[in-house]
Amino acid sequence: MASAQSGTLYRGREGMWSWVAHRISGMAIFLFLLVHVLDTALVRVSPEAYNEVIGHYKTVVFGLGEVALVGAVIFHALNGLRIILVDFWSKGTTHQRKLFWGVVIVWAVLMAGFLPRHLMHMFGA
Amino acid sequence: MSTSTTSIPDPTTRYRRTGQRGLNAEMLSWMFMRGSGALLVILVFGHLFVNLWLGDGVKGIDFAFVGGKWASPFWQVWDLLMLWLGLIHGGNGVRTIINDYARGDRTRMVLKALLYFAVVVTIVLGTLVIFTFDPCPVGAEPSLLPSFCEG
Ligand code: HEM
Repeated sequence: MASAQSGTLYRGREGMWSWVAHRISGMAIFLFLLVHVLDTALVRVSPEAYNEVIGHYKTVVFGLGEVALVGAVIFHALNGLRIILVDFWSKGTTHQRKLFWGVVIVWAVLMAGFLPRHLMHMFGA
Repeated sequence: MSTSTTSIPDPTTRYRRTGQRGLNAEMLSWMFMRGSGALLVILVFGHLFVNLWLGDGVKGIDFAFVGGKWASPFWQVWDLLMLWLGLIHGGNGVRTIINDYARGDRTRMVLKALLYFAVVVTIVLGTLVIFTFDPCPVGAEPSLLPSFCEG
């Protein structure tokens, strides 16, 4: 509910920052997707060519990049669902702040599941 | 002589941002972002789960792994849908970003032309790869191929 003090400006707080993060993550995922289709297309060249290039994904630097990428994808996906709820669910706008913190919590849970397993794959335990 | 009157819109008319109503391209684009987004949640999470979580994760990905997956029409259709929806959704999202930030008509046109070119080329390339892929290319080193290639 808007008050004289806070006004109705759509600026700062959860609404703006989730939008900023949604935009940056979407842009980053799109650029990665272009590269990812290209590297996968190497299966049409030869098994050696594909294995050589995909081998870079298994290095430490790329392994950490994958953490950032998966983090961006999970955030964008969950926040996208939040946008859909705000648009189509009759109570969506009332609960938009809670929905945002829901996104943050589910994101943290999924990352906590992915991170140890990925690090184990990377550093072999 | 009647004096001219100023007419204002009926204060009860609904606020509309554009003059458009009914079905129009921007509204379809808005619907598409939400529909494709919902489908992409399943496609992308399934993709990450199978490729990065199960088995050896990223360490297990090589030619034989991809060959094993694409030997099945299930994963061919999965990846095809993900390719098309992901690139059209992402491309349409980047179109919005360009419209927001590129001020000059010329810059905006050039950036969008580059974007559409990249999207079309990547969709065509990816589609060809999925459908013309041979998991057991003749003359290839057998140890690099999926196990079902023997014989
Ligand atoms: C995983 C499931 C995904 C969901 C649920 C989702 C959801 C959404 C939604 C609802 C929007 C529209 C926002 C609006 O109209 O204001 C959007 C925008 C966008 N999405 Fe996705 N998306 C997903 C995956 C992707 C992928 C894979 C990419 C990249 C290839 C991507 C790139 C973008 C971009 C660039 C935008 C525009 C952002 C902006 O205008 O600020 N999204 N997404």
